[in-house]
Amino acid sequence: MSMWEYANPRRFMGWTRPVLPWSFALAGLCLTVGLIWGFFFTPDDFRQGSTVKIIYLHVPAALMAINAWIMMLVASLIWVIRRHHVSALAARAAAPVGVVFTLIALFTGGIWGQPMWGTYWAWDPRLTSFLILFLFYLGYIALWEAIEDPDTAADLTSVLCMVGSVFAILSRYAVLFWNQGLHQGASLSLDKEENISDVFWFPLLVCIAGFVLLFIALVLMRTRTEIRARRIRALQARARRA
Amino acid sequence: MLYVRNLSCARGGVPVLTDVSFEVAAGQAIILRGPNGVGKTTLLRTLAGLQPPITGEVDFPEEQGAYASHADGIKTALTVTENLKFWADVHGAALPDTILETFDLADLRDRLGGTLSAGQKRRLGLARLGVIGRKVLFLDEPTVSLDRFSVKLFADWLQNTHLAAGGVAVIATHIDLGLAAPELDLTPFKAAADADGGSDEAFL
Amino acid sequence: MIALLLRDLRLAFRAGGGFGLGLAFFLIVVVLVPFGVGPETELLSRIAPGILWVASLLAALLSLDRIFALDFEDGSLSLLATSPLPMEGAAMMKALAHWITTGLPLTLAAPALGFLLSLAPEAYAYLLVSLLLGTPALSMIGTFGAALTVGIRRGGLLLSLLVLPLYVPTLIFGAEAVRRGADGLDPTGALMLMAGITAGCFALLPFATAAVLRINLR
Repeated sequence: MSMWEYANPRRFMGWTRPVLPWSFALAGLCLTVGLIWGFFFTPDDFRQGSTVKIIYLHVPAALMAINAWIMMLVASLIWVIRRHHVSALAARAAAPVGVVFTLIALFTGGIWGQPMWGTYWAWDPRLTSFLILFLFYLGYIALWEAIEDPDTAADLTSVLCMVGSVFAILSRYAVLFWNQGLHQGASLSLDKEENISDVFWFPLLVCIAGFVLLFIALVLMRTRTEIRARRIRALQARARRA
Repeated sequence: MLYVRNLSCARGGVPVLTDVSFEVAAGQAIILRGPNGVGKTTLLRTLAGLQPPITGEVDFPEEQGAYASHADGIKTALTVTENLKFWADVHGAALPDTILETFDLADLRDRLGGTLSAGQKRRLGLARLGVIGRKVLFLDEPTVSLDRFSVKLFADWLQNTHLAAGGVAVIATHIDLGLAAPELDLTPFKAAADADGGSDEAFL
Repeated sequence: MIALLLRDLRLAFRAGGGFGLGLAFFLIVVVLVPFGVGPETELLSRIAPGILWVASLLAALLSLDRIFALDFEDGSLSLLATSPLPMEGAAMMKALAHWITTGLPLTLAAPALGFLLSLAPEAYAYLLVSLLLGTPALSMIGTFGAALTVGIRRGGLLLSLLVLPLYVPTLIFGAEAVRRGADGLDPTGALMLMAGITAGCFALLPFATAAVLRINLR
């Protein structure tokens, strides 16, 4: 059996039903453990004091804000190429989750920025990029909402997502060109020298796992809702014609 | 010249017609009949390639189809001649000398599209078909808002110029054009409530 | 394809075509800024590059919804779709017509308005070049946005929401080039990057625009 058969709406509803509570439970567990560990059982940073602990919300949220868009892009491509309805609906379901993660990243960044840089907001390349990402999300969601026919909406938003991705990357480089900025380097990188120390690193990993699981759980739940809405629509259409 | 085999088509993701098959030989026309909402416009748009069919085939010589409906693409700020010239240019054709006379537009040639009456606009829209030199015409209610005299003009052009030169026409209309053309009633092809191919089908 | 371009230009220049509205809007926005930020020449001269770029971007935005909406309503778009003209070509011609009626006049008017804002004398050449290179990209991106929203009634506001984020890179490089020119720095890098964006837009967006139009005509 091909893996694509799991993307049939009926099968999708079937296999996600048992998966959903588990993903929520695991997400809750990881977040509880990670946040308590991070907030109460790690030392203060020698330079940043206890403010550094917001990293356990800020970094995972920022990471998932970008990953949610990438997931939407992949789902859009799958819809355009293979026309699996679940794929289009999953992209639609992920967008509001992505927006919320973007907002969390922006707000926690502001709260962190105030004691560090003395300002809640600066037109720093990273901050600005997230603001632009936020605008891309808004446009994407607005287009979904504006179009009546669900398949047309799926097609158009897919094209927007692809074109938007290219322009999002362009914007990222344009913004770097425009202002060098205050933001510290990436908290996570494969280059060990630049990385934060292990004491902060392990609870952070747990928090990231928690955010990933939370994202998966929320997207599954929202996709199930979208599928149900489409099913109601389909049944109503049949009832009207019969 | 035009072959339609087992064609099913949908409107707004809902199947409206199933298993339509017919063929039209060069020099022939076919009249589509059926009550409002049966799917005449959907069928014509599908035949013209503006929307994909659910299943089935449509076959006619490539780059020879033309579609015309009540929205005939007349620009109100262009004159009658400019409107026609534009479509001729787009199709890489020359404006035939007699086209304005054929559709009784000669006196209106320098009038702006916006100042024409509904019937005059319709005549201009139909004159476009005589300009673009396409062989296979898909006509959706071509005679709406035409008076009897203009209907006659159009029917004559269709019979004596278009069909006589080996063209083909599929016409959805409620009136009698006086053509010796077979009629196809679409009512029997109406899609059942549970017909396959709707865009919502995967969700049932 | 030239026929479509000529027709669109003719329509724009005839009565009711809206030619000149964008230009007037550009003028008004630029005139309003000093009322908002105060008349100090030094401040105005510093923010002039940004204001001229943002104002021309907004003026270009103003006429975007006309690109396809009228053709969609009167049926021309369906007729074009069944004509031998490829949709990609039609999309590019539409963008070109929009640029000739909006972007080009804005570019030519910008130096005069730069004078009002006491733009640094060194920057005029770069203002002209950056707008000349950048406004075609604005038209092409806008044409894509217009195609996305063509089936939506009152899609104007949505069109702005979709198109403005896409304008960010062009705006950054354009305004940056003028600013560097005004500060006596070398703006070549910004200009090259912007030319790259414009070239990329014209190479790729006609395909996306045509795809979107076909979906909307279904």
